Amino acid sequence: MTPDELAEYRRRQKSRNVVLGAVLLFFVVLFYAITIVRM
Amino acid sequence: MTAATQTLPTDWRDFFALTKPRVMTLVIFTGICGLLAAPGTIHPVLGFTAILCIAMGAGGAAALNQWWEADLDAAMKRTAARPIPSGRLDPVSARDFGIGLSVGSVLLMGLAIGWLAAAILAGSIIYYSVVYTMWLKPRTPQNIVIGGGAGAFPPLIGWVAVTGEVTAMPILLFAIIFMWTPPHFWALALFVRLDYANAGIPMMPVVKGERSTRRQILVYSLLMLPIAVAPWWIGGTGALYGLTAFVLTGMFVVLAIPVSIRTATDEDRMVPEKRLFAFSIVYLFALFAALAVDAMLRQQGWM
Repeated sequence: MTPDELAEYRRRQKSRNVVLGAVLLFFVVLFYAITIVRM
Repeated sequence: MTAATQTLPTDWRDFFALTKPRVMTLVIFTGICGLLAAPGTIHPVLGFTAILCIAMGAGGAAALNQWWEADLDAAMKRTAARPIPSGRLDPVSARDFGIGLSVGSVLLMGLAIGWLAAAILAGSIIYYSVVYTMWLKPRTPQNIVIGGGAGAFPPLIGWVAVTGEVTAMPILLFAIIFMWTPPHFWALALFVRLDYANAGIPMMPVVKGERSTRRQILVYSLLMLPIAVAPWWIGGTGALYGLTAFVLTGMFVVLAIPVSIRTATDEDRMVPEKRLFAFSIVYLFALFAALAVDAMLRQQGWM
């Protein structure tokens, strides 16, 4: 893998991790809100 | 698949594209309108969750559709750049992503909203990805009529999320989109006919010919007229919706008439077909907006 390819690899890996983290955080907040509303 | 595409992780945007975001705007919109038009109230958090589940379910079904049809998509200019046929996303990831979204949406709907809405959502996902995509689309020129059933579910599910029961009104909302889909899609199929013929999909203009397709566009448009106004007749909406539905569907029929009586020539620019297709999208947005506004005005006691 050339340095350019490695940089692209890391960039995609990082953006996927950020998006996945944001989605998980969103669901944590959503489930918390649903739990409160349905109590 | 080449080694280069395998070593690079798929961009997250390709997963997002797999959910067909543009189709989803109509799904989300009609789902919200079904939710707003239903009698009764739903907590905003739960309303949001219900729409999210409908969107996730639609996205999951769209991903499964693209996983199954990757070879067909590769054969058509319009769809060749999609993530799987272009090699940016491997089919197994797409399949698992689709199943994950679908199962997740049904479970969340069941736990947060209710199991009737969840069951209808599950039924709609299976209907689109299995009954339509895998079974009937490649086998019958009625595929669009059948596929229209899948697109007709969102307002029904939105309604049931609020009321918890299936009554005449949500079934009418379902029927409107069901009748709307064939003229909407066949207008498109008339001007992209060659593409579908090359991919071997039995689209109505290819199988039954242009003349029959054009006649059927008019028949479905005429059937839409009583069905679109019916929610007013049975007392489910006010006059604002009723008159809007009558005028909009009347315009739909007026635009469908020239499409139904003409014959395309060589080098035809297909202007009436393109006009009908463009209007059909505006039509559905406007009709469901009228439905939601009508319901909100009546709930506020202004009508």
